[in-house]
Amino acid sequence: MYRILDAQFIAPGIKRFVIDVPRIAKKHQAGQFVILRLHERGERIPITIESSDREKGTIRIVVQAVGKTTYELNALEKGQAILDVVGPLGKPSEIEKYGTVAVLGGGVGTALAYPTTAALKKAGNRILTILGGRSRELVLLEKEMREVSDALYVTTDDGSYGEKGLVTDKLRELIGKGEPIQLVLAVGPVPMMKAVADLTREHGIKTIVSLNPIMIDGTGMCGGCRVLVGGKSQFACVDGPEFDAHQVDFGVLMRRNRMYRDEEKESLERFQHACEGNGQSGTCRSGVAETAPVVIAGGKP
Amino acid sequence: MSPAKEVSANPVPMKERMKIPRQGMPEQAAELRVMNFTEVNLGYSMELARQEALRCLECAKPTCETYCPVGVKVKDFVKLIVAGDYLGAAAKIREDNVLPAITGRVCPQEDHCEGFCLLHKKVDSLGIGYLERFVADYEQKAGAPPAANAGPTGKKVAIVGSGPAGLSAAGDLIQRGHQVHVFEALHEIGGVLVYGIPEFRLPKQVIREQIDTMRKMGVEFETNVVVGKTVSIDELLEEEGYDALFIATGAGLPVFLNIRGEHLNGVYSANEFLTRINLMHAYDFPRYDEPMVSLRGKHVAVIGGGNTALDAIRSARRLGAERAYVLYRRSETEMPARAEEVKHAKQEGIDFQVLTNPVEFLDDGRGWLRAARCQRMELGEPDASGRRRPIPIAGSEFEVPLSLAIIATGTSANPLVQSTTPGLKTNKRGYIEADGESQRTSRKGVFAGGDIVTGSATVILAMGAGRRAAKAIQEYLNTGAW
Repeated sequence: MYRILDAQFIAPGIKRFVIDVPRIAKKHQAGQFVILRLHERGERIPITIESSDREKGTIRIVVQAVGKTTYELNALEKGQAILDVVGPLGKPSEIEKYGTVAVLGGGVGTALAYPTTAALKKAGNRILTILGGRSRELVLLEKEMREVSDALYVTTDDGSYGEKGLVTDKLRELIGKGEPIQLVLAVGPVPMMKAVADLTREHGIKTIVSLNPIMIDGTGMCGGCRVLVGGKSQFACVDGPEFDAHQVDFGVLMRRNRMYRDEEKESLERFQHACEGNGQSGTCRSGVAETAPVVIAGGKP
Repeated sequence: MSPAKEVSANPVPMKERMKIPRQGMPEQAAELRVMNFTEVNLGYSMELARQEALRCLECAKPTCETYCPVGVKVKDFVKLIVAGDYLGAAAKIREDNVLPAITGRVCPQEDHCEGFCLLHKKVDSLGIGYLERFVADYEQKAGAPPAANAGPTGKKVAIVGSGPAGLSAAGDLIQRGHQVHVFEALHEIGGVLVYGIPEFRLPKQVIREQIDTMRKMGVEFETNVVVGKTVSIDELLEEEGYDALFIATGAGLPVFLNIRGEHLNGVYSANEFLTRINLMHAYDFPRYDEPMVSLRGKHVAVIGGGNTALDAIRSARRLGAERAYVLYRRSETEMPARAEEVKHAKQEGIDFQVLTNPVEFLDDGRGWLRAARCQRMELGEPDASGRRRPIPIAGSEFEVPLSLAIIATGTSANPLVQSTTPGLKTNKRGYIEADGESQRTSRKGVFAGGDIVTGSATVILAMGAGRRAAKAIQEYLNTGAW
């Protein structure tokens, strides 16, 4: 059992947890993730680590409720525990001095981009950050990201905050202005990462994305997380999760992520129904996003 | 004084023993068991066990023992069954095999002990596996306490991986008085025994009982530690104070066929398919959260002919698959699966399409599998594996309509430990180099064995490696010599 030392909603349906896992905290590097299992009948889900504190032996994760397990997780409070937490898994981000780096974070993808951005900044890069969300409250970690960025832009789909539009609109504008961008890091929903890859391919700018396929063991045993990269099977858990965006077949990724859509819907509906039957409607749909759930980075739907 | 003549409690004269037929294993009827995940084999009764044990010829030089990878004293334990001393028989097996209830169920006996039984030259071999299982289950039911360990040596050994190799080494080392700590990457102990082998062949309860026995013997287990990621080999040796370490991380990444359509929805690796079902209980969705696509009424095929392939397709059958095929590119003679599993699979209506090789998976237009395009093969000259090489027959292509295809054609080396352990030598395929006898690696104090050294093999071969490692670790801890 791994104790939850703190749990706070930071946006509707999005909760930040601090978990006591000294072994993982000690080894965590930017770009890596953990796999959680809530209870004996739970599934294993990958969640990206937002930050870690070696001294305290803790990690922070940010979770968006999109499916049964993430709803159930977000109903947990400080003082409760998670049955299994394993990691840190995946290859760490490659941190080098590239020059000017554009970081694009969509929704909770920003939590995943944060540690890598901080490491890139520390390595002497000039960081241009573009944060996107459907609306103001889904623009996450603005304060944290501002601290590690040389410039920060915000776009929202509905124009409720920052500029109305998509993160790719802003990136196109920056490229057009002649910003000398050597690397783009894009983390967010798959359609966003695909759009970024399409844009930067035209301009020949190296682009890294962090992928979120279906995953079970996370150690390179089951092969469930295979993605098509450069025409070859790669395993996101051991070869990734970061890949060259221009080599990734996003169509296959989106299709495979939808493989259990019906079962996932059934599972969530049963959970919420049973939960409400227990008179706990406050937690069953706590902070449900107003619109339909989207496939997000750092947790399977 | 002349040596005491061996006394046999067996009242049946030698000549009569061959006339006793091999006692069949009581099993669940095929038409019932395809609808459940409970164990196929029900186990011998005391009467059946005695009757079978009476068949043993008590050879002066028992070849069954010579060919057992862990050296179980078969003749002795069978004699104890004849004498009615079942706990004595179990203790006799335990001298060489810490997991008898498991090997009694999953060991390919026909390739080892039973394949070399003298009876086998004339009649059916002795049911050594069935007898082993009988005494192991008897011991479990009797709740017999484990044998005492040697006095504490003060030495600490880390075992990386809780599959058959790791458990076997852990069992031997704890008996020798060392402190033994087993690290497991997954949330459950047992490695391939829990994620790979289905309930109907090896019930989880049997594994749990064997693990509990090891816990009682003093073995410590720690789950959720991916050695190479959560902690490195060097940290275990230098910071956590282990005196020796055994790497038994098992099989690695599944190998795919690299044919068109392999990324379609509905194409699985056997490891993923079986992990969902066995480790994550997806057959019990939605009671358990891990989902599995519905197979009811569907056509499913497995590609491959090993135990993993049969485990996968028989699981698919139990999940409601209407047609269930084994597509295997060689003939049934070359099939590496246990004979009993092939027999059981056929009883369960699995359709064996041998000399058949898929060349492409076809899309239903919505990104899901519709069919496999296959070609027929014929056998040519033996290849590097000693088996006759399959050669495609020109113009033999045909389609097998399928909703699900499971690829069970093997695994490659998992790189996690090797890539994070400086100085640990690997071969060109990425497996760890270890001495065939002592299981020593290129790093002092570090031993390795099982699938991470040999590539995919069997439970008993991994256990054999674990035993050899335990013996060599004992020597190393005593002498310090490398």
